Amino acid sequence: MSEQQHITLPEGSIERQTQTLNLGPTHPATHGVFQNILEIDGERIVSSESTVGYIHRAFEKIAERRPYYQITPLTDRLNYCSSPINNMGWHLTVEKLLGIQTPKRVDYLRVIIMELARITDHLICNGVVGVDSGAFSGFLYLMKYRELAYEIYEEICGSRLTTNIGRVGGFERNFTPAAFEKIERFLKEYPAALKEFETLMNRNRIFMERTQGVGPISAERAMNYGFTGPNLRAAGVDYDVRVAQPYSSYEDFDFTIPVGTTGDCYDRFLVRNAEMWESLSIIRQAMDKLKDLPSDVYHADIPAYYLPEKSAVYTKMEALIYHFKIIMGESDILPGELYNPVEGGNGELGFYLISDGGRSPYRLHFRRPCFIYYQAYAELIKGAMLSDAVICMSSLNLIAGELDA
Amino acid sequence: MSLTSDYIKQRLAEKFGESISQVEESFGMLSFAAPKDLNLKVMQFLYDDEELQFRFLTDLTAVHYPNRTGEELAVVYHLYNFKERVRLRFKVYTSIEDTRVFTATRLFESANWMERETYDFFGVNFVGHPNLKRILNVDEMTYFPMRKEFPLEDQTRTDKDDEMFGRGGHIGI
Repeated sequence: MSEQQHITLPEGSIERQTQTLNLGPTHPATHGVFQNILEIDGERIVSSESTVGYIHRAFEKIAERRPYYQITPLTDRLNYCSSPINNMGWHLTVEKLLGIQTPKRVDYLRVIIMELARITDHLICNGVVGVDSGAFSGFLYLMKYRELAYEIYEEICGSRLTTNIGRVGGFERNFTPAAFEKIERFLKEYPAALKEFETLMNRNRIFMERTQGVGPISAERAMNYGFTGPNLRAAGVDYDVRVAQPYSSYEDFDFTIPVGTTGDCYDRFLVRNAEMWESLSIIRQAMDKLKDLPSDVYHADIPAYYLPEKSAVYTKMEALIYHFKIIMGESDILPGELYNPVEGGNGELGFYLISDGGRSPYRLHFRRPCFIYYQAYAELIKGAMLSDAVICMSSLNLIAGELDA
Repeated sequence: MSLTSDYIKQRLAEKFGESISQVEESFGMLSFAAPKDLNLKVMQFLYDDEELQFRFLTDLTAVHYPNRTGEELAVVYHLYNFKERVRLRFKVYTSIEDTRVFTATRLFESANWMERETYDFFGVNFVGHPNLKRILNVDEMTYFPMRKEFPLEDQTRTDKDDEMFGRGGHIGI
């Protein structure tokens, strides 16, 4: 019987079995510019650190030197998957500061556009969750309808991705019959595609195995981490700004807030799917409500802040004065301090605005839901596999533009 | 029971007395300020109290007022009560020479990055923060860019009459 020996191993050969892996900043699996420094043991993540700020563009600083209407294009570039919601959120904030009451028709038109934006946001997120778990076809079924939604934006405001849609007080022009036709077409055709997508994914054994129990978070932790939107609702908290603090006449609509239970990737996926159905129902209701309203109202009557008709500018003195003052950024805004949230694609998008009565905000802060809940990512993926981390990231719907502002 | 602003004011006055200042209500939101060494006590009270239950930190940021000597920086917290759907704005002021403010990270995990952002842009030094370093700007940066002494455009330009294009040469309220 041989005597037991002490084996001495060279430094770093077996004691240190973890290795560092840089996931990002430009990695095909991250869908945006994020860096995650992962400490991995084999394929299992021991710890991670997220680095953000790769596309920081100093919007809050820029906003301090811009007239109010020039801030709308900055908000486009926050969550660019649902930029109309950001634009509307900004208009609503300024309207609240100025005490402008918009006509019902404007509210309903806004609701249509915002819900359309929510659908485009969620379909990208859920499509990408499918792509990251190996199911590419579902993404393509849905993507076709994002194209249709973008055509609707194009019909209304002339651009597609960064929309700059609407103005303070309403819309820049009335919706054309073609726009309504396209919305009707979307309402008619999209449910079939979404149904097909759900049939492919929801009860798919492989998909369920890949997403159930991945990146879960309890309701309590989610609230502590400042989660909002679908990610918080997937954890079982029925918080939705549209219900908690209705804006743009959301109180006139009948819809439910889907909630999950475990807060894992699968629940987040299901909540987003269910929200798309709710959004379709809201658009339908809004389209029906529009039938009872005069079809020529598309902005509030606020000559000092809303650009007059071009023909009026050429023929009327007052219109010319207002046109000049608005374009030159000379219309002073009332002093005040307010926080106005809207339900963005990812959660509560808040605008904290301080006006000193000047032509640009004294301070404007965007409460960006992505930025706040992304800090939980390290906790969500701790102990998970590397491939789970990728799915978890896409199911959180991280948008680099919103993260960095 | 619905949580009214008057009730919140009354509870705060009972607990902190004269320390609570600048109580005002605008656009449906109650706003108040407290001395900066009380910020955690106030938030803990709002969090723990069975009736107030402000347990969600919606937003945390700062504002720079260069003309308010001794309280140039305001750290602004937005708190939310899920049950009663009530929002609250809470401010603490700090001088720009000594920007130390207690961190809220023990109470809210979400404060972690928001405080890092506030530090990054305004230089508020959150005492006790686990990882207070720059988050959006480059690590090598030596200044705090959201402070008002860094104007976006050159204020000394003479080729353009700035009075015609928005805010003139002055900064600050």
